[in-house]
Amino acid sequence: MAEALEVRQISLRFGGVRALTDVGFTVAQGELFSIIGPNGAGKTSMINCISGRYRPSEGQILFHGRDITREKTNARPKLGIGRTFQNLALFHHMTVLDNIMVGRHHLLRNNFLTGSLYWLPGVRGEELEHRRRVEEIIDFLDLQAYRKATAGTLSYGLRKRVELARAMALEPKLILLDEPMAGMNLEEKEDMARYIVDLNEEFGMTVVMIEHDMGVVMDISHRVMVLDFGRRIALGRPEAVLADPHVRRAYLGEEDEPEAAPVAAPGREAQPPVRAVS
Amino acid sequence: MATQSLIPAGDFRSTYAADTTIFPTAGSRYAVWAALALLCLAPLVLDRYWLSLLIQIGYFAVAALGLNILVGFTGQISIGHAAFFGFGAFASAWLSNNLHIPVVLAIPLAGVVTTAVGLIFGLPAARLKGLYLAIATLAAQYILQDFFARANWFTGGVAGTHAEAFSILGFTFDTDQRYFYVVLGTLVLCFVAATNLMRTRDGRALVAVRDHYLSAEMMGINLTRYRTLSFGLSAFFAGIGGALYAHYLQFVSVEGFGILLSIQFLGMIIIGGLGSIMGTLMGTAFMVMVPEAMGWLTDALRGSPVDRALSLKDNLSFLREMAIGLVIVLFLIFEPDGLAHRWRQIKAYWKLYPFSH
Repeated sequence: MAEALEVRQISLRFGGVRALTDVGFTVAQGELFSIIGPNGAGKTSMINCISGRYRPSEGQILFHGRDITREKTNARPKLGIGRTFQNLALFHHMTVLDNIMVGRHHLLRNNFLTGSLYWLPGVRGEELEHRRRVEEIIDFLDLQAYRKATAGTLSYGLRKRVELARAMALEPKLILLDEPMAGMNLEEKEDMARYIVDLNEEFGMTVVMIEHDMGVVMDISHRVMVLDFGRRIALGRPEAVLADPHVRRAYLGEEDEPEAAPVAAPGREAQPPVRAVS
Repeated sequence: MATQSLIPAGDFRSTYAADTTIFPTAGSRYAVWAALALLCLAPLVLDRYWLSLLIQIGYFAVAALGLNILVGFTGQISIGHAAFFGFGAFASAWLSNNLHIPVVLAIPLAGVVTTAVGLIFGLPAARLKGLYLAIATLAAQYILQDFFARANWFTGGVAGTHAEAFSILGFTFDTDQRYFYVVLGTLVLCFVAATNLMRTRDGRALVAVRDHYLSAEMMGINLTRYRTLSFGLSAFFAGIGGALYAHYLQFVSVEGFGILLSIQFLGMIIIGGLGSIMGTLMGTAFMVMVPEAMGWLTDALRGSPVDRALSLKDNLSFLREMAIGLVIVLFLIFEPDGLAHRWRQIKAYWKLYPFSH
């Protein structure tokens, strides 16, 4: 399988704080790759580096063989990278439909001039054509009942789903999901897991996902990377990662070999997830 | 969850085109055509006083529309809008006086020139937000005002400048009855264009920048470009509004474009409803009509028993100013979301009348 994403030993520093230290990994095309780790481990920082929100202090990020480390954030949808956010980042006053249509931004050709002259040939046609594609995503994610609802009025689980829809509308090759199931109830989680598997398998999108629900991570991921204090402590198939003593230590705080144990910074606690070890 | 739809039951759309019309229901479309027809008849019925008020609402609404695109839709702030309004007025007068461009072309050209000026003063918007941007636009207001006072070649300096009357093929629109149609036509064109803009790619991008600029950027929206573009668009409509004003009065002078007018523009869009195209028109009508209405009230008081009992006499005119302020304050307390919001609620109420659920 070809490599969709190659992260070459990136480090990210904010002043004296090292958010990421020499983290490297590759994601194959069509893979469903999860990043886990305790709070503050640098998972979101990693996603932010890939999506362009942060620029790594050292190292390179290659996307389908092309160095994208210095590409602007707003150039990334065109390259084929889409993402969702951990804290809801919808356009609250827009309808669900318009939110998803914004995802088509880089695929649309109209500008403010042609847009103002809506009835010119081609302008309306383009809008309607993309509306059709958006409706396909709405159908896929079962959002039909909410397409005209204002995004800010929806429930939490629905908003997460709309955010996924918006990221899908970008037609990305690689989709970055930052905690897509946080704060959802069991039923919503099951739905969301199904959507993620489907967009990976049916739509062929490569998925990089951060998630705390170990059950879901272990069930659907092809490979899992574990971060702790900005360092990669494990990478591999889900079962292998679970069995790794470093991972168990990071999550459960076991102390078997005192000289190898990382020193925990004060005030930072490793939070054990609900079902860390099955 | 019920969506707040005003579309009556049984009105099903079978095409996406039918679902993207400006006015959602047949009733609202008929109402708009009827309103336009009535407005076309207005000059035949109304006297000069009323026509001048309507014309005033017209050119202010065009300019306020620009400010609403900037403030309401893109979430930026400008307290220098009157300066762009003024620039459009002077530019149109200058273009028609000096380059002998017909007024009918000078007005849109003035809009384009003002857009260029707006883009220059919009550049800080790429970096500044909130109060800092407000101060930067305040600088635009004073720089341009100073420019108006000093650039004799362009504005005629403190003496002001003459602006030709609007004419097409020798037919001159120099009376209120005739000029009304010029303003009405421009107003309709501008409002339709803005509505179209907001339902297509770049309009959505502007709102996205307002609602969540970080995720807008991740959607491929160039923040700098759209923040600056928004200033350009806002200046364009301000320029058109200003040009209409110039050719209505046929005289432009520096005094009219102070910061007070900038704040009145902000008042229009806040009262009308930020981020609402129709609200802009309502807010402008409100801001133009309130001083008039308060004037009628104080005139009615003059010489009345109340006046004599309190011996108000000349203080009546102060009463008028205070009443205007009071009405605006009360309005903002009881209707903070603007007239557009109230209008939606009235429509929602009548849709379900007499059973409210």
